[in-house]
Amino acid sequence: MFGLGKRDLTLFFIVAAMALFAPFILNPFPTDSGMAQFNAGYPDLMQRFVIFGILAIGFNILFGLTGYLSFGHAAFLGVGSYAAVWMFKLLSMNVIPAILLSMIVSGLFAVVIGYVSLRRSGIYFSILTLAFAQMSYNLAYSVLTPITNGETGLQITLDDPRILGVSATADGGIPVTNLFGLEMRAYETLNIGPWAFQFSVGYYVAAVIMLISFYVAIRIFRSPFGMMLRAIKSNQNRLYYTGLNARPYTLAAFVISGMYAGLAGGLLACMDPLAGAERMQWTASGEVVLMTILGGAGTLIGPVLGAGFIKYFENIFSKINDQVVHGWVSFLPDGLEDLVVALIHPFVGKGWHLTLGLMFMLIVIFLPGGLVEGGQRIARRLRRKPSPDDAKSASTEPAE
Amino acid sequence: MDAIILQILNGLDKGSAYALIALGLTLIFGTLGVVNFAHGALFMIGAFCAVTLNRLLTLSHQVVDETRTDFLGNPLKVDVPYMQDIFGEATGAAIIDWSVPLAILFSIPIMIGFGVLMERGLIKHFYKRPHADQILVTFGLAIVLQEIIKQIFGANPIPTPAPDAFRGSFDFGTMLGFDPNVIIYPYWRLVYFGFAAIIIGAVFAFLQFTTFGMVVRAGMADRETVGLLGINIDRRFTIMFGLAAAVAGLAGVMYAPINSPNYHMGMDFLVLSFVVVVVGGMGSLPGAVLAGFLLGILESFASMNEIKSILPGIDQIIIYLVAIIILLTRPRGLMGRKGVMED
Repeated sequence: MFGLGKRDLTLFFIVAAMALFAPFILNPFPTDSGMAQFNAGYPDLMQRFVIFGILAIGFNILFGLTGYLSFGHAAFLGVGSYAAVWMFKLLSMNVIPAILLSMIVSGLFAVVIGYVSLRRSGIYFSILTLAFAQMSYNLAYSVLTPITNGETGLQITLDDPRILGVSATADGGIPVTNLFGLEMRAYETLNIGPWAFQFSVGYYVAAVIMLISFYVAIRIFRSPFGMMLRAIKSNQNRLYYTGLNARPYTLAAFVISGMYAGLAGGLLACMDPLAGAERMQWTASGEVVLMTILGGAGTLIGPVLGAGFIKYFENIFSKINDQVVHGWVSFLPDGLEDLVVALIHPFVGKGWHLTLGLMFMLIVIFLPGGLVEGGQRIARRLRRKPSPDDAKSASTEPAE
Repeated sequence: MDAIILQILNGLDKGSAYALIALGLTLIFGTLGVVNFAHGALFMIGAFCAVTLNRLLTLSHQVVDETRTDFLGNPLKVDVPYMQDIFGEATGAAIIDWSVPLAILFSIPIMIGFGVLMERGLIKHFYKRPHADQILVTFGLAIVLQEIIKQIFGANPIPTPAPDAFRGSFDFGTMLGFDPNVIIYPYWRLVYFGFAAIIIGAVFAFLQFTTFGMVVRAGMADRETVGLLGINIDRRFTIMFGLAAAVAGLAGVMYAPINSPNYHMGMDFLVLSFVVVVVGGMGSLPGAVLAGFLLGILESFASMNEIKSILPGIDQIIIYLVAIIILLTRPRGLMGRKGVMED
């Protein structure tokens, strides 16, 4: 079905089911319980999951298949966002033209950057892409202010033309982004007992687009083109010796991956019509690399997992403050309680990046294949020796 | 003419910092073949060594000063640093004033120790892994170090003054026969440039004229053969890593008065230093130094108003632009050796 193999089809359906039921899956705790802060089933965060999932899927097409490590992918994200906001300003608040334009613009941008950067490989390629991204970032802050609105960020205002839409709504407000009238920010709340599940329009639009991107990525992975990209990763010289020019293929992969990033940027702007240059900063590029590595570069599901994992912990960890930690360990004697809180304090709340850095190092050191490899190791060990205590020791592995 | 000299001078201090960091990066890359993304963090730690020493020296206790009163007529409490108790008032004050130069001595053992620890504890396990893994793990380390510093010292820049004697500016123009007040240059930046020149000279001399340096150079050229000759090259390379860390740390210590240390200064410099290394040629020490100064000076020329009015925004992107042009026309960098990291 859909031209996918049996295993890929299963994988696709699992991802589709997870995306569809995400509001339930990510909301396991009742709203009034103490664990409610670990719920991730609110629209804003779920949108982030799928949008950064798209970004990581795209990055993986380049890095996972060809092995070219781009350190400048955030530039495409930023360009996509700017393009989408300009579409909202000039044409209409419908998200379709915005997304299309953001893909086209970032694609063109990727052609230019890719054409130049792909003349080099290895670390030189990483540095060239980094240089381009930093250049775009610096320019967005300085000379290109008429287009990017500098530090304030590009916003939609009441006096934008919006040829096909309206400049202002009937009651004088700024119109909201929509898909043929369906407002992105609209959501329904379903109350079942103590649980409250939120179904957001924006999330489902983004999720459908993510599924399409995921499907395209599977097709690329399984196509002859994908084989060619893998060949570039394993031995580029041999490819040249057989009389094939690798560069058009890498360029195509780079552009596809840039368009994915542009799409993600456009979607970010659709959910919240605001674009700022900080999206292009190199730390943002680093984050994409992180997501892909964490999940497992070169695997289909890895980047999606990695993106979800990082975005989840970013939101949840940074919300935990000292009071919350005190609440957890209140059963301990006073002195000990303070000690435990003091020990945990640097890693939560504002210290989330410290946890992220540590986690990242541990993953690269002990689990270079990312979460997917961890899962495979567990599965292999379980199959070989299904004794309960062995499985227990294996299942602690991904925590590393 | 005077404008050109002024811009060259302005470029020197930033160029010195680039050159020092790039030198350390190249040392590590040339000896161990590791791409160290945490090198900027070492630079930052150096700067925070200066901050720490400054804080240690200014630790003080309160003393009631009977001769002065506050506005209510009570005797005023004055903070007296312990340094003044130990060494007497004048010497103590001088020691505090000279805290940044003193931090050089303070930071060398710390940085070398830190570098060796980092190499033995982490980098050692990554020699046989792909470059991408090395980049990623050191990138993670850089995040961790940066966050630790942020937790200890806070997110705001911490002003760390240079000694009083160097605080003014120096009228360079009068020496060259220009009118006074045309070419004015802060003393400390001149000190920084001189310091950088000494460090760079010392590193080159160390590699060129000592037996240890000779072995290291031999190891850079052919590690296996040197190992077969019965020399423990790994240990020497570890020491070189410590040395490279110290060079970055010293660059940071002395940079503290120019730019108040903050936790992300390492990352800011790292990106540029990598560009410098690549422009100079991966693995080439003279190339790194040359490219550092060259790009520093180019950057300061690009920030001249005359040039900005022709090409707006050029000051923001000049370094990257140069890097792109050089990598495309001369892929090996300015002085890179053939076959080093070309793919």
